[in-house]
Amino acid sequence: MRIGTREVLKAHREQAKTWLAAESRVILVCAGTGCIAGGAMKVYDKLQELCQQRNLKTRVALREEGGKDTLHFKRSGCQGFCEMGPLIEIQPEGIFYTHVHPEDCEEILDKTILHGEVIERLLYKLEDTTYVKHDDIPFYKKQKRVVLETSGNTDAEDLDEYLAHDGYAALEKALFDMTPAEICSEVVDSGLRGRGGAGFPTGKKWESVRRMPEGKKYVVCNGDEGDPGAFMDQSIMEGNPHAILEGMMIAGRAAGSDEGYIYVRAEYPLAVKRLRTAIAKAEEAGLLGENILGSGFNFRININRGAGAFVCGEGSALTAAIEGRRGMPRVKPPRTVEQGLWAKPTILNNVETFACVPVVVRRGSEWFRTIGTEKSPGTKAFALTGCVVNTGLIEVPMGTTLREIIFDIGGGIKNGKKFKAVQTGGPAGGCLTEDQLDLPVDFDSLKKAGAIMGSGGLVVMDEDTCMVETARFFMNFTQSESCGKCVPCREGTKRMLEILNRIVENKGSLEDLDMLESLSQTIRETALCGLGQAACNPVSSTLKAFRNEYLAHVVDHHCPICNGPKAHLAIDPEKCKGCGKCKKNCPMDAIEGEKKKPHTIDPSKCIKCGACQKNCPFDAIELVKEEG
Amino acid sequence: MNEAQCARTMQIIDAHGRDPAALIAILQDVQAENSYLSQENLELIAKELNVAISKVYGVATFFENFSLEAKGKHLVKVCNGTACHVRKSQPIYDAVHAYLGLSGKRKTSDDGLFTLETVACLGACGLAPVMTIDGEVHAKMDPDRAVALLEEIRAKEGSAQ
Repeated sequence: MRIGTREVLKAHREQAKTWLAAESRVILVCAGTGCIAGGAMKVYDKLQELCQQRNLKTRVALREEGGKDTLHFKRSGCQGFCEMGPLIEIQPEGIFYTHVHPEDCEEILDKTILHGEVIERLLYKLEDTTYVKHDDIPFYKKQKRVVLETSGNTDAEDLDEYLAHDGYAALEKALFDMTPAEICSEVVDSGLRGRGGAGFPTGKKWESVRRMPEGKKYVVCNGDEGDPGAFMDQSIMEGNPHAILEGMMIAGRAAGSDEGYIYVRAEYPLAVKRLRTAIAKAEEAGLLGENILGSGFNFRININRGAGAFVCGEGSALTAAIEGRRGMPRVKPPRTVEQGLWAKPTILNNVETFACVPVVVRRGSEWFRTIGTEKSPGTKAFALTGCVVNTGLIEVPMGTTLREIIFDIGGGIKNGKKFKAVQTGGPAGGCLTEDQLDLPVDFDSLKKAGAIMGSGGLVVMDEDTCMVETARFFMNFTQSESCGKCVPCREGTKRMLEILNRIVENKGSLEDLDMLESLSQTIRETALCGLGQAACNPVSSTLKAFRNEYLAHVVDHHCPICNGPKAHLAIDPEKCKGCGKCKKNCPMDAIEGEKKKPHTIDPSKCIKCGACQKNCPFDAIELVKEEG
Repeated sequence: MNEAQCARTMQIIDAHGRDPAALIAILQDVQAENSYLSQENLELIAKELNVAISKVYGVATFFENFSLEAKGKHLVKVCNGTACHVRKSQPIYDAVHAYLGLSGKRKTSDDGLFTLETVACLGACGLAPVMTIDGEVHAKMDPDRAVALLEEIRAKEGSAQ
């Protein structure tokens, strides 16, 4: 059905709302990447199959016919609690089951779906408490879902459902009740800042493009979420694709652009599929395309799939890739707002930023400012991962502390270990330590602390993580992803990686630490793009906060985490017969002793190769652990 | 390259409107057909789009997802994103690497059954460490389970022959 005018859209939305209100039994199966990997679709199929066998009435879309006894199956976007997946929620009671497998389906259908009876063993348990509803679970309690609000509780592929949740109402407002200048100032007033990490004021960017001379302009959505350990944008694309389209259209209207591109990371096939479906449905409904809602505004959206290059998350590299070229950053200025895609003025924002726009426009900047902090209003989605109990996707008001995120929402450290550090901002970010846990998370305070908020990946590390090895891991990543255009990044990161490899292998020296510091500074000051400049952040932040771990590697040549407790090889004088085999096999001449008398090992020469131990016919040589 | 393959590549180029801006998309589709990009294919694409072969080669070698070499029948990817890394994904990679008898730059096993690669995050961090075999994600892996999965596939392939 084509929605040709504002009135028809309004009527249709009311209709969708009535459909939604009339629903009596909804089975929400989480169909995010995490849960699907855990087998969620098998659960979804099994439940449907069982219903079919028993001739129960089911439907999978809001507009399908259904009465009170119809079971509505929905595949939702990521519900966030990935650690406990596959997840299903049964409404209206809101009964929330974790770790659901196809074997459980028959029981779920018989007891819960048909009779509202709760199955105890599938509920989430924490310590001695069992939780029936997901809102009561500590993981969800401290969250505030704005961008992800509809992601976890609606069917991501059902346009009617998006409409029933006031979808495209912001577009309607932007097309008929606001001028482009008013849209820009509303976004400026909201204080919305770029969620991709840099935190640039979104409204200001839009206003710059709006002020450019008329002509072809573009709106580009950066969905090339490359930080390893970050999957917020993926979840939004999968779970709330229409919000991104709506945000882009509003940007197009504000800036005078009629064409948009979404560049999606190669590893996100499901996000591409859901976005394509959303675009097709919006086009079919007339919400995307020519003369939208009869307003005279035209907009079309293309999807580009990435091909595996971290650097394409950088604006100018991303537009180069859309143009079919190698994704390499260029020197700025001119900035993207002046010369972006095809050298035309371009609004380039991140997925989460665009997804924030509809709610900003619909509910107004004043409302938006009531959430978060003064300089960073709104909420932020984070991917909480690593050595934390509750891995998953979360959304909290800006200004929430790291402690609340990691311990209250995340449930603390896995296996009762001690917290050591949290890495924010991916390979361009830094590590924050125990005494920085009470920092409010927003753009400015993390920057001051030597890290960045980044796009929202939070990787928690426990006491068993060697920070030198972690720094090496990130440097290895940046080095292999360096595009090779500028020397500081191409050569500098390579040298830094060599040094870090040496240090991790306990072959480094104190001078290596100075060299790392000096290289970091040079690269930071001279690399061409933001990614290169930030490449050494993990090294410099760990050098500052965990210098003792570097020292363990370069001075003691022994890291208690990587190499285990200190130990030395010793000869048991009781067992040693003085045969001399160990002495003969020692490559370091570390063993002394007269024939037929007990031998000894000089620990200062010994490299613990174990050759003596292997060759001793009397099992007289042992690795002795040292105390402390 | 046989005639049918050639025609298929032409079809893909046409489907993208013979647009040089769609080079990446064309390479993706051609690779999806053949599992890799052959020299003939690269030359054909360059000729049909009327762009220099050096440009096509530049793009094909810049992006990690493109391969200029034929891959094994089954593609194994061990995730080495940060979340998987801190949950010990490296030992899984090492175990698979050793099981397949790989060394140096060789990524494909001698029997041509498996190609081993790493990937920098699949966005399934809640299930870390993860590994994919032919796109299917296997959650919460450890070295033994990873090798057991490959053994299973190898046994199936063996009995099929």
